[in-house]
Amino acid sequence: MTEPMVRAEGVHKRFGRLEVLKGITLTVLPGEVMVLLGPSGSGKSTFLRCINHLEKINSGRLSVDGELVGYREAGDKLYELRESEIARKRAEIGMVFQHFNLFPHMTALENVMSAPIRVNKVPRERANAQARALLERVGLPDKLAAYPAQLSGGQQQRVAIARALAMEPKLMLFDEPTSALDPELVGDVLQAMKQLAGEGMTMIVVTHEMGFAAEVADTVVFMDDGMVVETGSPDRVLGDPRHERTRAFLSKVL
Amino acid sequence: MSGPGRIETPPTAGRPDDIRAVPVRHRGRWVAVALILLFGASLIHSVATNKLLEWHVVGHFLFDPRIIDGVVLTLELTVTAMAIGVILGVALAVMRLSPNPLVSGPSWLYIWFFRATPVLVQLLFWYNIAAIYPRISLGIPFVGVEFVHGSANTVITTYVAALLGLGLNEGAYMAEIVRAGIISVGEGQTDAAQSLGMSRLQIMRRIVLPQAMRVIIPPTGNETISMLKTSSLASVITLTELLLATENIYSVNFKPIQLLIVASIWYAAMTSVLYVGQYYLERHYGRGSAREMPATPFQRIRRGLFSLRREATR
Ligand SMILES: Nc1ncnc2c1ncn2[C@@H]1O[C@H](COP(=O)(O)OP(=O)(O)OP(=O)(O)O)[C@@H](O)[C@H]1O
Ligand SMILES: [Mg+2]
Repeated sequence: MTEPMVRAEGVHKRFGRLEVLKGITLTVLPGEVMVLLGPSGSGKSTFLRCINHLEKINSGRLSVDGELVGYREAGDKLYELRESEIARKRAEIGMVFQHFNLFPHMTALENVMSAPIRVNKVPRERANAQARALLERVGLPDKLAAYPAQLSGGQQQRVAIARALAMEPKLMLFDEPTSALDPELVGDVLQAMKQLAGEGMTMIVVTHEMGFAAEVADTVVFMDDGMVVETGSPDRVLGDPRHERTRAFLSKVL
Repeated sequence: MSGPGRIETPPTAGRPDDIRAVPVRHRGRWVAVALILLFGASLIHSVATNKLLEWHVVGHFLFDPRIIDGVVLTLELTVTAMAIGVILGVALAVMRLSPNPLVSGPSWLYIWFFRATPVLVQLLFWYNIAAIYPRISLGIPFVGVEFVHGSANTVITTYVAALLGLGLNEGAYMAEIVRAGIISVGEGQTDAAQSLGMSRLQIMRRIVLPQAMRVIIPPTGNETISMLKTSSLASVITLTELLLATENIYSVNFKPIQLLIVASIWYAAMTSVLYVGQYYLERHYGRGSAREMPATPFQRIRRGLFSLRREATR
């Protein structure tokens, strides 16, 4: 049996008294593409942010590639990881945000190069060549010197994908990567993601693009109110939802 | 650029659908210009022809070695005090934003204290520090280890007293400016940098501060210009900077107005240099924030002259 890339068991997350995740249990296998669906406020973003420890979970167990997120286990005790150790683990997980979050004071090329140079200590020459190749791969070979403000939303998001890939992650998290885009720009970004999935990348994707879910996902998970309501293949969950809440949600977005 | 008097024609000129309209004439503008010129000319006339002003005295002392020494000291004091202010300000701002109250608390207290007392009082305080701490040492407290020590009067010279008074006070103001800059950078930037595995220091240095600069630099330029002039307060504690240098001269020759004009000319000249510096710094840190770089002043003046010429040739 292969070790899962992500394993969540009864993950709880509270913000103050508001319980946002109420016991999430799921596994993502290496090379699997999982699409997370759910109404606004159901906790999808929060769950993604827990996976790379941008948020701390309150209870349950969450591990990536066999190692606990944010803690080290020795005997029956948990030890908090140092900040540098947390950073090192985050470097292995790529994340793409709804609003791109490119660094506006850097060109597209610098955006992609900076983390490999600063974090992985890759020599500048090599980081540069790799960044060029990545930007070419996402279809932006002529935008190397452009600042984010000079790019369209779709182009910015593809730079953001290249920036995450430059760290050679073993897992990619996408939080509504196309929600802030004009409809005609969505296709290019989904194309880049589809290509990535085809190359065997493990991906967790929060999206409302049902076409993408049906075509690319191996598993679709429907979340509501901080809980997993339904899990299965895209055909199963999208075509024959068992649960009332899933049906209600799908009837609204389809 | 085209030669003098030529009218720049857009490349599409001459096409049948080009609009040819009589431009609006701005008569009111010309009247205003005439009035302003008239007022300016009469002011200059009165200043230039007033015999009591004795411009030759101003000219005589403008490059006097004592004045130049004062200018140099004023510059030195401004630069070093601002350097202390900026470094302290960044440190205090980062501390103040810490979630740990043991870190943010002292920073808050510092900022409160130095903003709550006049800088002139602080200068006098440092100048007189020897009265309560005659002996000063640097070492590990309570265990009696001392690396350097000396009498307060030799360690705290007037220059050091002025530097401490101005620099420590400036730190409190700079802290608020830097904090505003840091807060202005969206949380998404930190999220993205963290998810790439950057450390907290790297995020501050490479991602947050460079973007905060856009917000930090204009008020910092303002602070520097202000410091240039506030440094004249150091004359009160007998530091011979530009103002005291001029005072020393006019207390002998009894020509205060002329020497104060000399001082003003130098202050204004130094301020103007700072203006230019600030402009180019802003341009540098503004990169990426707009689709096009703003024009340099030279480009703008050239463009302005050009459009004037165009209007004149109509
Ligand atoms: N930092 C925070 N502090 C307090 N509450 C938060 C915080 N982040 C999220 N929440 C709350 O947690 C709940 C879940 O938020 P989350 O962003 O995970 O939802 P989502 O499923 O991603 O929704 P959407 O589809 O709108 O993005 C919301 O009620 C939100 O208000
Ligand atoms: Mg969300």
